[in-house]
Amino acid sequence: MDRRAAFNSTWLAAALIAPQLILVFIFFYWPAVQSLYWAVTLEPPFGGGNQFVGWQNFQTVFSDNLYWNSVRISILFAVCSTALTLVLSLLLATFVDRQLAGYRVYRFVYFWPYAIAAPAVGLAFRFIFAPDAGFVSSINRVFPNLWNPALDGWDAFILIVIANSWKMIAYSFIFFLAGLQAIPRTLTEAGAMDGAGVMRRLWDLQLPLLAPTFFFLLVINITESFVDSFGIVDIITGGGPARATDLMVFKIYSDGFKGLDYSIAAAQSIVLMVLVVSLTFVQFKYVEKRVHYS
Amino acid sequence: MTRKSVVLAAISAFGVMVGMNAANAQNRIKFDYWYGLTGQLGEVMALHCKRFNESQTKYEAVCTGQGGYDKAEQNTIAAFRSKQHPTIVQIYDAGTVNFMLSGATYNAVQFVKDFNMKVKWDDFFPGISNYYATSKGEMWSFPYNSSTALLYFNKDHFAKVGKTEAPKTIEEWFETARAIKRGGHAEAGFCFDFDTWMPLEQFSAIHNLPIASKNNGYDGLDAELVFNKTKFADYMKDWKKLLDEGVARIQTAQTGKTILQAFADGTCSTVLTSVANHGVMHSTVKPGTNWGVGMLPIYAGTERKNSLVGGASLWVMAGKSKEEYEAAAAFLDFALSTAEVKWMPTVTGYIPVTQSAFRAMQDEGFYAQADKAGREIAMQSLTFTPPTAISRGIRLGNFTQIRAEIRSELEAAFTGKKDVQAALDEAVNRGNGILRRFEQTFRGKQLP
Repeated sequence: MDRRAAFNSTWLAAALIAPQLILVFIFFYWPAVQSLYWAVTLEPPFGGGNQFVGWQNFQTVFSDNLYWNSVRISILFAVCSTALTLVLSLLLATFVDRQLAGYRVYRFVYFWPYAIAAPAVGLAFRFIFAPDAGFVSSINRVFPNLWNPALDGWDAFILIVIANSWKMIAYSFIFFLAGLQAIPRTLTEAGAMDGAGVMRRLWDLQLPLLAPTFFFLLVINITESFVDSFGIVDIITGGGPARATDLMVFKIYSDGFKGLDYSIAAAQSIVLMVLVVSLTFVQFKYVEKRVHYS
Repeated sequence: MTRKSVVLAAISAFGVMVGMNAANAQNRIKFDYWYGLTGQLGEVMALHCKRFNESQTKYEAVCTGQGGYDKAEQNTIAAFRSKQHPTIVQIYDAGTVNFMLSGATYNAVQFVKDFNMKVKWDDFFPGISNYYATSKGEMWSFPYNSSTALLYFNKDHFAKVGKTEAPKTIEEWFETARAIKRGGHAEAGFCFDFDTWMPLEQFSAIHNLPIASKNNGYDGLDAELVFNKTKFADYMKDWKKLLDEGVARIQTAQTGKTILQAFADGTCSTVLTSVANHGVMHSTVKPGTNWGVGMLPIYAGTERKNSLVGGASLWVMAGKSKEEYEAAAAFLDFALSTAEVKWMPTVTGYIPVTQSAFRAMQDEGFYAQADKAGREIAMQSLTFTPPTAISRGIRLGNFTQIRAEIRSELEAAFTGKKDVQAALDEAVNRGNGILRRFEQTFRGKQLP
């Protein structure tokens, strides 16, 4: 006899799902359709009188070498900050998992940065790394002009990578730690009895078992660096110097809201959406094959 | 009288009382006013509303800061699209074109006529009213907080190289800056950031150089940028030279200190900035520092013209009720009355926008006060000559974004990534792209 609890009423099921569906529709599909409409028209700032221009906005975007510059920087940013985040958060998580001295405190405080809003992170990093006045300015006293994110594009780029990673490490750390603690102690203990050292156990036992967590964090980190880096860029560098940190999502903001050119911004956000969706697709198609879930 | 009628009478009496209370609470006709200024200047805006609300009992201005000039413009546009816009909004100089073409505003000349306002258009300084006027000379917005750019110089540093006055020419200014740096009297003889308002817009106005064709865009949306071929290009090359010599320095919020902070603490001997910062400078400068202001220097052999007005004007938006417009008219009459125009400079560095207020302030000795001395130079600069077709202002579509393009190219030039001329050529090229898109977006529309 089937004793599972089942909802026989389709209406009840629909009513329960409805709030979620409505939210998804209002906050995702509707804006997406709206921006698709803007992307193929020319939209005056105050609205009214859109004219259909077909692919013109996309052509303008794709024929702009500065847009490609922005795409290159965004990809580099995603790769660098994801790599930095994953490596460091895994390292911190293994330290805490091995219960090194003070691990209870670390386990507690490592998560904090993620709870801080991006603009606040940006402001803090701007102060700390300011070449004239920040804590890091002492480097410039020893090696003049070694560090100047206000004038040197690469310094500025490194700075936003560090700021973004600092925030994302906190998030990834929690997941890695949870993943590590979910590995049965018996496995690592058996390894230890067989004479495997710390590094050997990490490499052959824990890392392979962490693969699902690793894959999840890879997808999340790459997506976040594309779509959620705006606050940090806006406060720390404003896209400069000389467009060295003009990430795609920041360019959408500045063209759309500062420049009041909603159409070009809409076209760019469609491109960004397609890019992020296809990157995620590639990851699921090729990377996930190497992940074993149980 | 039956019991029923007693109850009814009681209910209706109660109803009248409630109605009266409600009437008392709503006695004042409210209207929304959004302003863009932030920080200390934002507080002054809020204070101005408070002064209006306390000056009479009929109307109430509900004033909301929007967190920046650009935000005020963005928010107003977003609000207009959902019919939630304010009656009055403070819009900066660069947003003028967008509002003129928006079809979302109540043109100021008409507004003054419709609501019998006291505003006298010819009392505004021509340099101010011309900037905001249409090509036919009609005002579509009300000039409000206004400023212009000045050279700020450190008198102590200047004294050490035998100078007592502000430099008149650019050559003299650069020589003095070099001498100060050579003598080790300051870390930098001149500091700048990447703001285009001083080097491009003000410089071009006082030298009577065009920034764009069609009289800087006043005569049509098909204007093209030309500043890469004027003396402005030489000016930027001279800045780069000073930078390479170590005489000049770049100071931005990202380097840790803005030009204002770097001037206030004595790092830099000269900076170019708005007279609006005159009050701030007084309160932040290192105690004991002697400093002064002068008109922006010009290249020797040039005939000086008036400098440009900066700041913002007040726009009345379309689609509000008659009562709200009456309240707005009362507010504008109040804000532009001589007494209030005189009040603004006492709490900020802004200049009086009307000639009558300026004369009254002179008579009352405002400019003789120690902490206000020098501000009259802003008036001299602004009224140096009657505005020419070029020095009257700039009217280019999406100018905010053009400024951003120039800024990025200047960053590339000053950090050595690009040759100065190549950077300016690129800025013009990209700026023209923006102008053409703007023209297409507003196809068939004429600049008023």
